[in-house]
Amino acid sequence: MTQILMPALSPTMTEGKLARWLKKEGETIKAGDVIAEIETDKATMEVEAVDEGTLTAILVPEGTEGVSVNTPIAELNGGATAAKAAPAAAPAPAPVAAPAPASVPAQPRAAVAEKDWGPTKSITVREALRDAMAVEMRASKDVFLIGEEVGQYQGAYKISQGLLDEFGPKRVIDMPITEHGFTGMAVGAAMTGLRPIVEFMTFNFSMQAIDQIINSAAKTLYMSGGQLGCPIVFRGANGAASRVAAQHSQCYASWYAHCPGLKVVAPWSAADAKGLLRAAIRDPNPVIFLENEILYGQSFEMPVADDFILPIGKAKVEREGTDVTIVAFSIMVGLAMQAADALAAQGISAEVINLRSLRPLDTETIVRSVKKTNRLVTLEEGWPFAGIGSEVAMQIMENCFDDLDAPPVRVHGLDIPMPYAANLEKLALPRIEQVIDAAKRVTYK
Amino acid sequence: MAETATRKPRGKGAPKGAEPGISKPELTRAYRDMLLIRRFEEKAGQLYGMGLIGGFCHLYIGQEAVVVGMQLCLKPGDQVITSYRDHGHMLATGMEARGVMAELTGRIGGYSKGKGGSMHMFSREKGFYGGHGIVGAQVSLGAGLAFANWYREDGAVAVTYFGEGASNQGQVYESLNLAALFKLPCIFVIENNKYGMGTSVDRASASKDLSKNGSPWGIPGEQVNGMDVIAVREAGERAVAHCRAGNGPYLLEMKTYRYRGHSMSDPAKYRTREEVQKMREQNDCIETARRLLIEQFGVTEAELKVIDDEVKAIVQDSADFAQTSPEPDESELWTDVLIDDASVVAGGR
Ligand SMILES: Cc1ncc(C[n+]2csc(CCOP(=O)(O)OP(=O)(O)O)c2C)c(N)n1
Ligand SMILES: [Mg+2]
Repeated sequence: MTQILMPALSPTMTEGKLARWLKKEGETIKAGDVIAEIETDKATMEVEAVDEGTLTAILVPEGTEGVSVNTPIAELNGGATAAKAAPAAAPAPAPVAAPAPASVPAQPRAAVAEKDWGPTKSITVREALRDAMAVEMRASKDVFLIGEEVGQYQGAYKISQGLLDEFGPKRVIDMPITEHGFTGMAVGAAMTGLRPIVEFMTFNFSMQAIDQIINSAAKTLYMSGGQLGCPIVFRGANGAASRVAAQHSQCYASWYAHCPGLKVVAPWSAADAKGLLRAAIRDPNPVIFLENEILYGQSFEMPVADDFILPIGKAKVEREGTDVTIVAFSIMVGLAMQAADALAAQGISAEVINLRSLRPLDTETIVRSVKKTNRLVTLEEGWPFAGIGSEVAMQIMENCFDDLDAPPVRVHGLDIPMPYAANLEKLALPRIEQVIDAAKRVTYK
Repeated sequence: MAETATRKPRGKGAPKGAEPGISKPELTRAYRDMLLIRRFEEKAGQLYGMGLIGGFCHLYIGQEAVVVGMQLCLKPGDQVITSYRDHGHMLATGMEARGVMAELTGRIGGYSKGKGGSMHMFSREKGFYGGHGIVGAQVSLGAGLAFANWYREDGAVAVTYFGEGASNQGQVYESLNLAALFKLPCIFVIENNKYGMGTSVDRASASKDLSKNGSPWGIPGEQVNGMDVIAVREAGERAVAHCRAGNGPYLLEMKTYRYRGHSMSDPAKYRTREEVQKMREQNDCIETARRLLIEQFGVTEAELKVIDDEVKAIVQDSADFAQTSPEPDESELWTDVLIDDASVVAGGR
């Protein structure tokens, strides 16, 4: 007897819905037959049988949600040719953990009030991004989306779901794998006043096109004495995903933030994603919009107001505190919030700043906070050398050195290419203990 | 039929009169290697489903004839480089199944000590230069391998594999020009499996015959039935002969097909199940080889069973090894970032 287990169908999947059984108990199954359909957060996937035999029992009825990976879902009575059941899990720990929290930390207790946008609803970052593009595309015919798999495939990470249906193939444009070429083409179109949104499947592939982004998009306004602007958005997943190794896991925040002529934005919540993407699309400048794959499926409360938008260049105090300022962006804001909870339990009150925008950097908000707490911890996934944390720390030196009661501490990804092995990957990325330790170090606790 | 029996060349552009064909031992080896790749990939898919393999995992199922047929044409010292869809290439170059599978599970026994994963493995000993995740990047690197052969005048040939999707990247065309300009011994093999992720070749390439993609630079090209290991081998021999003779690069467009999704998380809604099923049933490279062995070379079912059992045992052993080999030690985080070599300033070597 062979057990059929709930399969993992994507790098980030931990559970899924067993949507449909295509085989009944008692039916004979050949290797390769589709036996069931499973819904993950990204897509509905067909499950093929690996072994041959008779389906003796269905253990998880169709329609069941939240079935964990590796749960037995059916039993197969193997014929003579059936493969041996796969060996039991290894003695070493099975690699499952995503590098960051899957749940959204508790809402801040006393966040500094932003403009009150009224009622909110819970929405995923993925939907927020899609909605932002849809709204701006409805508002202006000059806005279009261009990239690999954005149309018929509905987005490699399903961000552009439904956009092709609504806007058609002239405005949601599938590209061959030619990043350098289509980026240059989009930059050229932007120079005429069109407003392209260029999706990089992930920012790792923007390296193929970085010449056009920096030498063409970022500098032409200057070189033309202000004649030729470039209203364009480059967006896609940035930073570490899960177990995709060195060439597919790195943070480009400091690379792009280094360059004058660009704006660089890194949203954390769904509200950040929608509000900032709308602003980026309307911005007359080239904007690098750094998303995060692990955040795509996370839900947050977001204002429902039609005109909801957030300014580029303003940080948000996500949680107020008095003892230490933790500055983070993108997925690391979640980690900072968790650390702040843990620190509160130990009597340390941490203020968490979500940078939102890296260039321009909202130095004013950071300085105001450090003047209050007198201590700074920076937190980022990327490498330390010339990183965002280094820049934030230097801004503090220049602006309020005398207010510091301790040298700032940077928490960051290790200074190495991302390893694949599950245990090493976990160690290569910032962990909550490190944030807590850093906060204690600067508060001498 | 006798062991030395040859078959008519079937690749387009085959020179008249030449009959490279294939011998019984060669076809037997090809069958065994293709089967090993197939079974290995099926096992990898299973381990992925169990959560033992993470991240991206691109299976080569369906395309086995391409790399196995080409490998029959190569000699020790020749080099191979490819994309992230690399497990088959590694097994074909003779890399150990254990080391490949243990890399997939991220264990110290893997070819990259668990630090590279599915997309990044290498073996200098076997002439395998990876295992690359950035679409198209390996094509320039492959030209570089050929450049080294040209520079050293060592007679070796570099085989550079890439997908039809990758064939649209700018650096591919830069590399074709460079290879032709310097007459580099480089075989460019386009594995045209009809799709780059969810985009079919006709939605991505204005060029309808990819074998002509090198023609502006005078690079000879052929379209080859990549589901037929004998056709692949015949075309491969022509390409290798051309390169070894110092005539510069050669381009082969292998018409092939992947049966599985692009990676493990691809719902594959861009093609019908019938399309996949039809390919499997009518053109499967392993079935075709099996039939030929029986019908033309008189191989018995019992003899084939011995091969099947051997392959199964290798794959099971690799899976066991990949689960018992420990995770890399924490100290491995910091190794291999740079080579620490004090002798550099100590004077010549
Ligand atoms: C520069 C770059 N762009 C995009 C990707 C994402 N990606 C990975 S594989 C792939 C499709 C490649 O198709 P093809 O070259 O035909 O190879 P196949 O997967 O069919 O073997 C894409 C778009 C990438 N890895 N690198
Ligand atoms: Mg392809």
